[in-house]
Amino acid sequence: MSTFWSIWISVIVLGTVFGCWWLLWATRKSQTTDSETDRTTGHSFDGIEEYDNPLPKWWFYLFIATCIFALGYLALYPGLGNFKGLLGWTSTNQWEAEVAEADEKYGPIYAQYGQTPVPELAEDGDAMKIGQRLFANNCAVCHGSAARGQVGFPNLTDDDWLYGGTPEAILATLHNGRMGNMPAKGTMPSMTNEQVDQVVNYVLSFSGREQDAEAAKAGEQVFGQACVACHGPDAKGNHALGAPNLTDNTWLYGSTYDWIKETVVNGRQNQMPAQSGRLSEDQIQILAAYVYSLSN
Amino acid sequence: MKHEIVEKNLGLMIVLIILTISGGFLAEIVPLFFLKETNEPIEGLEPLTAVELEGRDIYIREGCHVCHTQQIRPFRAETERYGHYSVAGEFVYDRPFLWGSKRTGPDLARVGGRYSDAWQRQHLYNPRSVVPESNMPAFPWLFENKVDHTKTAAKMDTLQTLGVPYTDEQIAEAPAQVEGKFEIEALVAYLQQLGTVISERR
Repeated sequence: MSTFWSIWISVIVLGTVFGCWWLLWATRKSQTTDSETDRTTGHSFDGIEEYDNPLPKWWFYLFIATCIFALGYLALYPGLGNFKGLLGWTSTNQWEAEVAEADEKYGPIYAQYGQTPVPELAEDGDAMKIGQRLFANNCAVCHGSAARGQVGFPNLTDDDWLYGGTPEAILATLHNGRMGNMPAKGTMPSMTNEQVDQVVNYVLSFSGREQDAEAAKAGEQVFGQACVACHGPDAKGNHALGAPNLTDNTWLYGSTYDWIKETVVNGRQNQMPAQSGRLSEDQIQILAAYVYSLSN
Repeated sequence: MKHEIVEKNLGLMIVLIILTISGGFLAEIVPLFFLKETNEPIEGLEPLTAVELEGRDIYIREGCHVCHTQQIRPFRAETERYGHYSVAGEFVYDRPFLWGSKRTGPDLARVGGRYSDAWQRQHLYNPRSVVPESNMPAFPWLFENKVDHTKTAAKMDTLQTLGVPYTDEQIAEAPAQVEGKFEIEALVAYLQQLGTVISERR
Protein backbone atom coordinates (compact mmCIF):
# COMPACT_ATOMS: atom_id res chain seq x y z
CA MET A 1 0.00 0.00 0.00
CA SER A 2 1.40 3.40 -0.89
CA THR A 3 2.21 5.92 1.82
CA PHE A 4 -0.60 8.14 0.61
CA TRP A 5 -3.29 5.52 1.17
CA SER A 6 -1.71 4.47 4.42
CA ILE A 7 -1.94 8.02 5.74
CA TRP A 8 -5.40 8.47 4.21
CA ILE A 9 -6.73 5.45 6.08
CA SER A 10 -4.97 6.31 9.35
CA VAL A 11 -6.25 9.87 9.34
CA ILE A 12 -9.85 8.85 8.69
CA VAL A 13 -9.82 6.01 11.22
CA LEU A 14 -8.18 7.96 14.01
CA GLY A 15 -10.18 11.06 13.08
CA THR A 16 -13.37 9.07 13.48
CA VAL A 17 -12.38 7.69 16.87
CA PHE A 18 -11.27 11.04 18.25
CA GLY A 19 -14.19 12.77 16.53
CA CYS A 20 -16.59 10.53 18.42
CA TRP A 21 -14.72 11.27 21.61
CA TRP A 22 -14.88 15.01 21.03
CA LEU A 23 -18.56 14.87 20.15
CA LEU A 24 -19.27 13.05 23.39
CA TRP A 25 -17.48 15.67 25.48
CA ALA A 26 -18.67 18.64 23.49
CA THR A 27 -22.34 17.75 23.72
CA ARG A 28 -22.14 16.43 27.24
CA LYS A 29 -24.60 17.91 29.58
CA SER A 30 -23.63 18.34 33.17
CA GLN A 31 -25.43 16.20 35.68
CA THR A 32 -25.13 18.83 38.38
CA THR A 33 -26.18 22.23 36.94
CA ASP A 34 -29.73 21.25 37.08
CA SER A 35 -31.89 24.32 37.00
CA GLU A 36 -35.57 24.13 36.13
CA THR A 37 -35.17 25.61 32.63
CA ASP A 38 -32.30 23.28 31.91
CA ARG A 39 -34.40 20.16 32.33
CA THR A 40 -36.46 20.53 29.19
CA THR A 41 -35.59 21.50 25.67
CA GLY A 42 -37.42 24.72 26.32
CA HIS A 43 -40.09 24.47 23.72
CA SER A 44 -43.63 23.38 24.06
CA PHE A 45 -46.16 22.02 21.60
CA ASP A 46 -49.79 21.95 22.70
CA GLY A 47 -48.50 22.00 26.21
CA ILE A 48 -46.24 19.04 25.71
CA GLU A 49 -42.66 19.58 26.75
CA GLU A 50 -39.63 17.50 25.95
CA TYR A 51 -37.16 16.50 28.62
CA ASP A 52 -33.53 17.24 27.99
CA ASN A 53 -31.81 15.01 30.52
CA PRO A 54 -28.11 14.24 30.38
CA LEU A 55 -27.07 10.78 29.21
CA PRO A 56 -27.06 8.26 32.04
CA LYS A 57 -23.53 8.03 33.38
CA TRP A 58 -23.10 4.32 32.72
CA TRP A 59 -24.08 4.92 29.14
CA PHE A 60 -21.76 7.86 28.73
CA TYR A 61 -18.81 5.91 30.10
CA LEU A 62 -19.68 2.97 27.90
CA PHE A 63 -19.26 5.26 24.90
CA ILE A 64 -15.89 6.36 26.23
CA ALA A 65 -14.95 2.71 26.75
CA THR A 66 -15.71 1.89 23.11
CA CYS A 67 -13.31 4.66 22.04
CA ILE A 68 -10.61 3.25 24.29
CA PHE A 69 -11.31 -0.26 23.03
CA ALA A 70 -10.97 0.99 19.44
CA LEU A 71 -7.57 2.52 20.17
CA GLY A 72 -6.38 -0.65 21.89
CA TYR A 73 -7.62 -2.73 18.97
CA LEU A 74 -5.89 -0.49 16.43
CA ALA A 75 -2.65 -0.80 18.40
CA LEU A 76 -2.77 -4.61 18.43
CA TYR A 77 -4.30 -5.45 15.05
CA PRO A 78 -3.75 -4.09 11.53
CA GLY A 79 -6.18 -1.24 10.96
CA LEU A 80 -4.08 1.80 10.24
CA GLY A 81 -2.79 1.51 6.69
CA ASN A 82 0.64 -0.11 6.62
CA PHE A 83 0.91 -0.44 10.39
CA LYS A 84 0.83 -4.19 11.04
CA GLY A 85 -0.28 -4.06 14.65
CA LEU A 86 1.76 -5.10 17.67
CA LEU A 87 0.56 -8.72 17.50
CA GLY A 88 1.55 -9.09 13.84
CA TRP A 89 -1.76 -10.84 13.14
CA THR A 90 -2.91 -11.57 9.58
CA SER A 91 -5.66 -13.88 8.37
CA THR A 92 -3.03 -15.81 6.42
CA ASN A 93 -0.74 -16.50 9.33
CA GLN A 94 -3.70 -17.42 11.48
CA TRP A 95 -4.62 -19.98 8.83
CA GLU A 96 -1.01 -21.20 8.64
CA ALA A 97 -0.89 -21.67 12.39
CA GLU A 98 -4.14 -23.60 12.25
CA VAL A 99 -2.80 -25.86 9.49
CA ALA A 100 0.54 -26.37 11.24
CA GLU A 101 -1.24 -27.39 14.41
CA ALA A 102 -3.36 -29.90 12.52
CA ASP A 103 -0.34 -31.25 10.64
CA GLU A 104 1.44 -31.81 13.90
CA LYS A 105 -1.54 -33.63 15.32
CA TYR A 106 -2.67 -35.71 12.34
CA GLY A 107 0.52 -35.78 10.26
CA PRO A 108 2.16 -38.71 12.12
CA ILE A 109 -1.04 -40.75 11.92
CA TYR A 110 -1.33 -40.24 8.18
CA ALA A 111 2.41 -40.73 7.64
CA GLN A 112 2.31 -44.06 9.39
CA TYR A 113 -0.47 -45.26 7.07
CA GLY A 114 1.10 -43.64 4.03
CA GLN A 115 4.12 -45.97 4.36
CA THR A 116 2.04 -49.13 4.69
CA PRO A 117 1.48 -51.21 1.52
CA VAL A 118 -2.10 -51.12 0.25
CA PRO A 119 -3.12 -54.77 0.89
CA GLU A 120 -1.80 -54.58 4.45
CA LEU A 121 -3.46 -51.22 5.04
CA ALA A 122 -6.77 -52.67 3.84
CA GLU A 123 -6.71 -55.03 6.84
CA ASP A 124 -6.20 -52.17 9.31
CA GLY A 125 -9.54 -51.32 10.90
CA ASP A 126 -8.56 -47.83 12.07
CA ALA A 127 -7.14 -46.88 8.69
CA MET A 128 -10.30 -48.12 6.99
CA LYS A 129 -12.43 -45.94 9.26
CA ILE A 130 -10.44 -42.97 7.97
CA GLY A 131 -10.73 -44.37 4.47
CA GLN A 132 -14.48 -44.67 4.75
CA ARG A 133 -14.76 -40.99 5.72
CA LEU A 134 -12.40 -39.86 3.00
CA PHE A 135 -14.47 -41.86 0.54
CA ALA A 136 -17.73 -40.35 1.77
CA ASN A 137 -16.33 -36.83 1.43
CA ASN A 138 -14.52 -37.16 -1.87
CA CYS A 139 -15.76 -40.13 -3.86
CA ALA A 140 -19.35 -40.84 -2.87
CA VAL A 141 -20.85 -38.06 -5.00
CA CYS A 142 -20.10 -40.14 -8.09
CA HIS A 143 -19.57 -43.71 -6.89
CA GLY A 144 -22.31 -43.56 -4.24
CA SER A 145 -21.96 -43.85 -0.48
CA ALA A 146 -21.92 -47.64 -0.74
CA ALA A 147 -19.43 -47.44 -3.64
CA ARG A 148 -21.81 -49.35 -5.88
CA GLY A 149 -21.66 -46.69 -8.57
CA GLN A 150 -24.44 -46.01 -11.04
CA VAL A 151 -24.91 -45.49 -14.74
CA GLY A 152 -21.66 -44.01 -16.03
CA PHE A 153 -19.87 -44.29 -12.68
CA PRO A 154 -18.26 -47.66 -11.98
CA ASN A 155 -19.25 -49.95 -9.16
CA LEU A 156 -16.15 -50.37 -6.97
CA THR A 157 -17.42 -53.30 -4.92
CA ASP A 158 -17.46 -55.92 -7.67
CA ASP A 159 -14.41 -57.61 -9.09
CA ASP A 160 -14.74 -55.99 -12.51
CA TRP A 161 -12.19 -53.28 -13.26
CA LEU A 162 -11.84 -50.91 -16.17
CA TYR A 163 -8.23 -50.05 -15.44
CA GLY A 164 -7.24 -52.92 -13.20
CA GLY A 165 -7.80 -53.67 -9.56
CA THR A 166 -4.22 -54.13 -8.42
CA PRO A 167 -3.00 -51.74 -5.70
CA GLU A 168 -0.73 -50.06 -8.27
CA ALA A 169 -3.57 -49.56 -10.76
CA ILE A 170 -5.90 -48.14 -8.10
CA LEU A 171 -3.20 -45.78 -6.89
CA ALA A 172 -2.52 -44.63 -10.46
CA THR A 173 -6.24 -44.04 -11.04
CA LEU A 174 -6.52 -41.98 -7.86
CA HIS A 175 -3.36 -39.97 -8.47
CA ASN A 176 -3.73 -39.10 -12.12
CA GLY A 177 -7.38 -39.71 -12.89
CA ARG A 178 -8.57 -41.49 -16.01
CA MET A 179 -9.98 -40.32 -19.30
CA GLY A 180 -12.21 -42.92 -20.88
CA ASN A 181 -13.08 -42.39 -24.53
CA MET A 182 -14.99 -44.74 -26.75
CA PRO A 183 -15.25 -43.22 -30.24
CA ALA A 184 -18.63 -43.28 -31.96
CA LYS A 185 -18.87 -46.52 -33.98
CA GLY A 186 -15.47 -47.57 -32.67
CA THR A 187 -12.79 -47.72 -35.31
CA MET A 188 -15.34 -48.02 -38.12
CA PRO A 189 -16.84 -44.60 -38.83
CA SER A 190 -18.51 -45.97 -41.95
CA MET A 191 -20.72 -48.37 -39.96
CA THR A 192 -24.22 -48.53 -41.44
CA ASN A 193 -27.42 -48.73 -39.43
CA GLU A 194 -27.75 -52.39 -40.34
CA GLN A 195 -24.22 -53.09 -39.14
CA VAL A 196 -24.96 -51.24 -35.88
CA ASP A 197 -27.91 -53.55 -35.33
CA GLN A 198 -25.72 -56.57 -36.07
CA VAL A 199 -22.88 -55.59 -33.76
CA VAL A 200 -25.28 -54.74 -30.91
CA ASN A 201 -26.82 -58.19 -31.21
CA TYR A 202 -23.37 -59.72 -31.28
CA VAL A 203 -22.40 -57.84 -28.08
CA LEU A 204 -25.64 -59.02 -26.43
CA SER A 205 -24.70 -62.61 -27.26
CA PHE A 206 -21.47 -62.46 -25.18
CA SER A 207 -23.35 -62.39 -21.92
CA GLY A 208 -26.14 -64.61 -23.08
CA ARG A 209 -28.74 -61.87 -23.26
CA GLU A 210 -31.69 -62.15 -25.58
CA GLN A 211 -30.57 -61.43 -29.12
CA ASP A 212 -31.35 -61.90 -32.77
CA ALA A 213 -29.06 -64.85 -33.49
CA GLU A 214 -28.85 -64.22 -37.20
CA ALA A 215 -27.91 -60.56 -36.80
CA ALA A 216 -25.46 -61.50 -34.05
CA LYS A 217 -23.71 -63.88 -36.38
CA ALA A 218 -23.30 -61.15 -38.98
CA GLY A 219 -22.12 -58.85 -36.24
CA GLU A 220 -19.00 -60.85 -35.60
CA GLN A 221 -17.37 -59.41 -38.67
CA VAL A 222 -18.40 -55.86 -37.81
CA PHE A 223 -17.05 -56.35 -34.31
CA GLY A 224 -13.76 -57.51 -35.79
CA GLN A 225 -13.47 -54.31 -37.71
CA ALA A 226 -14.87 -51.76 -35.24
CA CYS A 227 -14.23 -53.04 -31.72
CA VAL A 228 -11.33 -55.46 -31.36
CA ALA A 229 -8.67 -52.74 -31.32
CA CYS A 230 -9.75 -51.81 -27.78
CA HIS A 231 -12.03 -54.59 -26.51
CA GLY A 232 -9.84 -57.39 -27.91
CA PRO A 233 -10.77 -60.31 -30.16
CA ASP A 234 -12.28 -62.17 -27.21
CA ALA A 235 -14.13 -58.97 -26.11
CA LYS A 236 -12.62 -59.25 -22.66
CA GLY A 237 -11.49 -55.64 -22.67
CA ASN A 238 -8.15 -54.01 -22.03
CA HIS A 239 -7.08 -52.44 -18.74
CA ALA A 240 -4.44 -50.29 -20.41
CA LEU A 241 -7.13 -48.49 -22.40
CA GLY A 242 -9.92 -48.76 -19.87
CA ALA A 243 -11.93 -50.76 -22.41
CA PRO A 244 -14.56 -52.76 -20.52
CA ASN A 245 -14.91 -56.50 -20.61
CA LEU A 246 -18.08 -57.09 -22.66
CA THR A 247 -18.54 -60.72 -21.72
CA ASP A 248 -19.13 -60.52 -17.95
CA ASN A 249 -22.63 -59.05 -17.83
CA THR A 250 -21.37 -56.09 -15.77
CA TRP A 251 -22.49 -52.90 -17.47
CA LEU A 252 -21.35 -49.33 -17.01
CA TYR A 253 -24.08 -47.85 -19.21
CA GLY A 254 -26.96 -50.29 -19.28
CA SER A 255 -27.38 -53.67 -20.88
CA THR A 256 -30.47 -53.39 -23.04
CA TYR A 257 -30.46 -53.26 -26.82
CA ASP A 258 -31.26 -49.54 -26.81
CA TRP A 259 -28.52 -48.66 -24.34
CA ILE A 260 -25.88 -50.59 -26.22
CA LYS A 261 -27.04 -49.10 -29.49
CA GLU A 262 -26.74 -45.62 -27.99
CA THR A 263 -23.20 -46.46 -26.86
CA VAL A 264 -22.17 -47.77 -30.26
CA VAL A 265 -23.72 -44.94 -32.26
CA ASN A 266 -22.58 -41.99 -30.14
CA GLY A 267 -19.58 -43.36 -28.30
CA ARG A 268 -18.90 -42.63 -24.64
CA GLN A 269 -16.68 -40.14 -22.88
CA ASN A 270 -15.94 -40.63 -19.24
CA GLN A 271 -13.57 -39.11 -16.77
CA MET A 272 -12.26 -39.85 -13.33
CA PRO A 273 -10.80 -36.57 -11.98
CA ALA A 274 -7.22 -36.68 -10.69
CA GLN A 275 -6.93 -36.46 -6.91
CA SER A 276 -3.23 -35.57 -6.68
CA GLY A 277 -2.96 -32.11 -5.22
CA ARG A 278 -6.52 -32.29 -3.95
CA LEU A 279 -5.66 -34.96 -1.39
CA SER A 280 -2.31 -35.66 0.24
CA GLU A 281 -0.19 -38.66 -0.76
CA ASP A 282 -0.99 -40.35 2.53
CA GLN A 283 -4.72 -39.78 2.11
CA ILE A 284 -4.58 -41.27 -1.38
CA GLN A 285 -2.77 -44.31 0.01
CA ILE A 286 -5.54 -44.80 2.57
CA LEU A 287 -8.25 -44.30 -0.05
CA ALA A 288 -6.60 -46.80 -2.39
CA ALA A 289 -6.56 -49.32 0.45
CA TYR A 290 -10.22 -48.61 1.17
CA VAL A 291 -11.21 -49.14 -2.46
CA TYR A 292 -9.05 -52.26 -2.55
CA SER A 293 -10.76 -53.57 0.58
CA LEU A 294 -14.20 -53.26 -1.02
CA SER A 295 -13.57 -56.12 -3.41
CA ASN A 296 -10.82 -58.10 -1.69
CA MET B 1 -21.44 22.88 21.09
CA LYS B 2 -25.04 21.98 21.62
CA HIS B 3 -27.34 19.49 19.97
CA GLU B 4 -29.61 22.39 19.26
CA ILE B 5 -27.20 23.91 16.77
CA VAL B 6 -27.06 20.69 14.76
CA GLU B 7 -30.72 19.97 15.05
CA LYS B 8 -31.85 23.39 13.93
CA ASN B 9 -29.44 23.81 11.02
CA LEU B 10 -30.46 21.35 8.37
CA GLY B 11 -27.50 22.12 6.08
CA LEU B 12 -25.00 21.49 8.87
CA MET B 13 -26.78 18.29 9.85
CA ILE B 14 -26.65 17.01 6.25
CA VAL B 15 -22.92 17.70 6.08
CA LEU B 16 -22.28 15.96 9.39
CA ILE B 17 -24.41 12.95 8.44
CA ILE B 18 -22.59 12.56 5.14
CA LEU B 19 -19.24 12.78 6.92
CA THR B 20 -20.31 10.21 9.49
CA ILE B 21 -21.68 7.61 7.12
CA SER B 22 -18.88 7.98 4.58
CA GLY B 23 -16.08 7.36 7.10
CA GLY B 24 -16.17 3.59 6.73
CA PHE B 25 -16.55 3.79 2.97
CA LEU B 26 -13.62 6.18 2.58
CA ALA B 27 -11.30 4.23 4.86
CA GLU B 28 -12.25 0.64 4.00
CA ILE B 29 -13.47 0.64 0.42
CA VAL B 30 -12.04 3.59 -1.52
CA PRO B 31 -8.36 2.57 -1.05
CA LEU B 32 -9.16 -0.87 -2.51
CA PHE B 33 -9.93 0.78 -5.86
CA PHE B 34 -6.27 1.74 -6.08
CA LEU B 35 -4.40 -1.16 -4.49
CA LYS B 36 -2.25 -3.54 -6.52
CA GLU B 37 -3.41 -6.57 -4.53
CA THR B 38 -7.04 -6.02 -5.43
CA ASN B 39 -6.66 -4.76 -9.00
CA GLU B 40 -4.03 -6.93 -10.59
CA PRO B 41 -4.94 -10.39 -11.85
CA ILE B 42 -2.99 -13.31 -10.44
CA GLU B 43 -0.55 -14.96 -12.80
CA GLY B 44 -2.21 -17.07 -15.45
CA LEU B 45 -5.68 -15.56 -15.07
CA GLU B 46 -7.45 -15.21 -18.42
CA PRO B 47 -10.80 -13.58 -19.11
CA LEU B 48 -13.63 -16.08 -19.61
CA THR B 49 -14.12 -17.40 -23.13
CA ALA B 50 -17.34 -16.49 -24.93
CA VAL B 51 -18.99 -19.82 -24.03
CA GLU B 52 -17.89 -19.60 -20.39
CA LEU B 53 -19.12 -16.03 -20.19
CA GLU B 54 -22.57 -17.09 -21.40
CA GLY B 55 -22.42 -19.92 -18.86
CA ARG B 56 -21.74 -17.35 -16.18
CA ASP B 57 -24.84 -15.41 -17.20
CA ILE B 58 -26.88 -18.60 -16.96
CA TYR B 59 -25.38 -19.16 -13.50
CA ILE B 60 -26.65 -15.70 -12.56
CA ARG B 61 -30.01 -16.17 -14.28
CA GLU B 62 -30.73 -19.42 -12.45
CA GLY B 63 -29.72 -17.85 -9.16
CA CYS B 64 -26.92 -20.30 -8.39
CA HIS B 65 -25.16 -17.59 -6.38
CA VAL B 66 -28.11 -17.44 -4.00
CA CYS B 67 -27.27 -20.85 -2.57
CA HIS B 68 -23.61 -21.27 -3.57
CA THR B 69 -20.77 -18.99 -2.55
CA GLN B 70 -17.60 -18.53 -4.55
CA GLN B 71 -15.14 -17.60 -1.86
CA ILE B 72 -13.06 -19.94 0.24
CA ARG B 73 -12.15 -18.30 3.51
CA PRO B 74 -8.72 -18.83 5.07
CA PHE B 75 -9.81 -21.39 7.66
CA ARG B 76 -8.44 -24.91 7.70
CA ALA B 77 -11.94 -26.40 7.74
CA GLU B 78 -12.61 -24.68 4.43
CA THR B 79 -9.28 -25.22 2.73
CA GLU B 80 -9.37 -28.94 3.59
CA ARG B 81 -12.69 -29.26 1.86
CA TYR B 82 -12.49 -26.79 -1.01
CA GLY B 83 -8.80 -26.15 -1.69
CA HIS B 84 -6.62 -23.03 -1.52
CA TYR B 85 -8.36 -20.02 -0.01
CA SER B 86 -9.58 -17.43 -2.49
CA VAL B 87 -7.41 -14.41 -3.25
CA ALA B 88 -8.52 -11.01 -4.54
CA GLY B 89 -6.53 -11.28 -7.76
CA GLU B 90 -8.72 -14.17 -8.95
CA PHE B 91 -11.78 -11.95 -9.21
CA VAL B 92 -10.51 -8.86 -11.03
CA TYR B 93 -12.40 -9.76 -14.23
CA ASP B 94 -15.61 -10.68 -12.38
CA ARG B 95 -18.26 -8.08 -13.06
CA PRO B 96 -20.28 -8.41 -10.95
CA PHE B 97 -18.50 -10.71 -8.51
CA LEU B 98 -20.42 -13.82 -7.46
CA TRP B 99 -19.00 -14.36 -4.00
CA GLY B 100 -22.46 -14.86 -2.57
CA SER B 101 -23.30 -14.63 1.09
CA LYS B 102 -24.99 -17.89 2.00
CA ARG B 103 -24.18 -21.55 1.61
CA THR B 104 -27.19 -23.76 1.19
CA GLY B 105 -25.03 -25.79 -1.15
CA PRO B 106 -21.24 -26.08 -1.05
CA ASP B 107 -18.81 -23.40 -2.10
CA LEU B 108 -18.03 -23.48 -5.82
CA ALA B 109 -14.93 -21.29 -5.97
CA ARG B 110 -12.75 -24.27 -6.97
CA VAL B 111 -15.29 -26.72 -8.32
CA GLY B 112 -13.53 -26.66 -11.72
CA GLY B 113 -12.16 -30.10 -12.60
CA ARG B 114 -13.41 -31.62 -9.39
CA TYR B 115 -16.10 -33.66 -11.14
CA SER B 116 -16.35 -34.89 -14.70
CA ASP B 117 -18.44 -33.09 -17.31
CA ALA B 118 -20.78 -36.07 -17.35
CA TRP B 119 -21.31 -35.78 -13.61
CA GLN B 120 -22.04 -32.06 -13.85
CA ARG B 121 -24.62 -32.65 -16.58
CA GLN B 122 -26.32 -35.47 -14.76
CA HIS B 123 -26.29 -33.52 -11.50
CA LEU B 124 -27.86 -30.46 -13.11
CA TYR B 125 -30.46 -32.60 -14.89
CA ASN B 126 -31.46 -34.30 -11.69
CA PRO B 127 -29.31 -33.70 -8.57
CA ARG B 128 -30.95 -36.58 -6.68
CA SER B 129 -29.72 -39.08 -9.25
CA VAL B 130 -26.14 -38.63 -8.04
CA VAL B 131 -26.54 -37.13 -4.56
CA PRO B 132 -29.67 -38.74 -3.03
CA GLU B 133 -29.86 -36.33 -0.07
CA SER B 134 -29.48 -33.20 -2.21
CA ASN B 135 -32.15 -30.49 -2.07
CA MET B 136 -30.88 -28.63 -5.10
CA PRO B 137 -33.50 -27.94 -7.77
CA ALA B 138 -33.21 -29.70 -11.15
CA PHE B 139 -32.53 -27.63 -14.26
CA PRO B 140 -33.78 -29.82 -17.13
CA TRP B 141 -34.54 -26.88 -19.44
CA LEU B 142 -30.83 -26.15 -19.78
CA PHE B 143 -30.70 -29.27 -21.96
CA GLU B 144 -33.38 -27.97 -24.31
CA ASN B 145 -32.62 -24.26 -24.65
CA LYS B 146 -29.93 -22.90 -26.90
CA VAL B 147 -27.75 -20.02 -25.73
CA ASP B 148 -28.73 -16.65 -27.19
CA HIS B 149 -25.63 -15.74 -29.19
CA THR B 150 -26.88 -12.37 -30.43
CA LYS B 151 -25.80 -10.46 -27.33
CA THR B 152 -22.50 -12.21 -26.60
CA ALA B 153 -20.36 -9.71 -28.50
CA ALA B 154 -22.10 -6.75 -26.85
CA LYS B 155 -21.51 -8.24 -23.41
CA MET B 156 -17.83 -8.76 -24.14
CA ASP B 157 -17.59 -5.27 -25.59
CA THR B 158 -18.99 -3.84 -22.36
CA LEU B 159 -16.53 -5.84 -20.28
CA GLN B 160 -13.72 -4.63 -22.52
CA THR B 161 -14.76 -1.05 -21.80
CA LEU B 162 -14.64 -1.87 -18.09
CA GLY B 163 -11.07 -3.07 -18.40
CA VAL B 164 -11.29 -6.81 -19.08
CA PRO B 165 -8.57 -7.47 -21.67
CA TYR B 166 -10.64 -8.99 -24.47
CA THR B 167 -9.14 -8.48 -27.89
CA ASP B 168 -11.33 -7.20 -30.73
CA GLU B 169 -10.66 -10.49 -32.47
CA GLN B 170 -12.03 -12.50 -29.56
CA ILE B 171 -15.16 -10.36 -29.57
CA ALA B 172 -15.62 -10.81 -33.30
CA GLU B 173 -15.34 -14.59 -32.99
CA ALA B 174 -17.62 -14.82 -29.96
CA PRO B 175 -21.07 -15.21 -31.59
CA ALA B 176 -19.87 -18.06 -33.80
CA GLN B 177 -18.41 -19.89 -30.81
CA VAL B 178 -21.62 -19.60 -28.86
CA GLU B 179 -24.17 -20.20 -31.61
CA GLY B 180 -25.90 -23.55 -31.46
CA LYS B 181 -24.56 -24.41 -28.01
CA PHE B 182 -27.02 -25.72 -25.45
CA GLU B 183 -27.23 -23.79 -22.21
CA ILE B 184 -25.96 -26.81 -20.29
CA GLU B 185 -22.75 -26.81 -22.33
CA ALA B 186 -22.09 -23.17 -21.51
CA LEU B 187 -22.86 -23.62 -17.82
CA VAL B 188 -20.66 -26.71 -17.48
CA ALA B 189 -17.84 -24.92 -19.34
CA TYR B 190 -18.12 -22.08 -16.84
CA LEU B 191 -18.17 -24.40 -13.83
CA GLN B 192 -15.23 -26.46 -15.04
CA GLN B 193 -12.87 -23.46 -15.11
CA LEU B 194 -13.84 -22.07 -11.70
CA GLY B 195 -10.80 -21.59 -9.50
CA THR B 196 -8.47 -23.64 -11.67
CA VAL B 197 -5.78 -20.95 -11.92
CA ILE B 198 -4.63 -21.80 -8.41
CA SER B 199 -4.22 -25.55 -8.38
CA GLU B 200 -2.08 -26.21 -5.34
CA ARG B 201 -3.94 -27.01 -2.21
CA ARG B 202 -2.00 -24.73 0.09
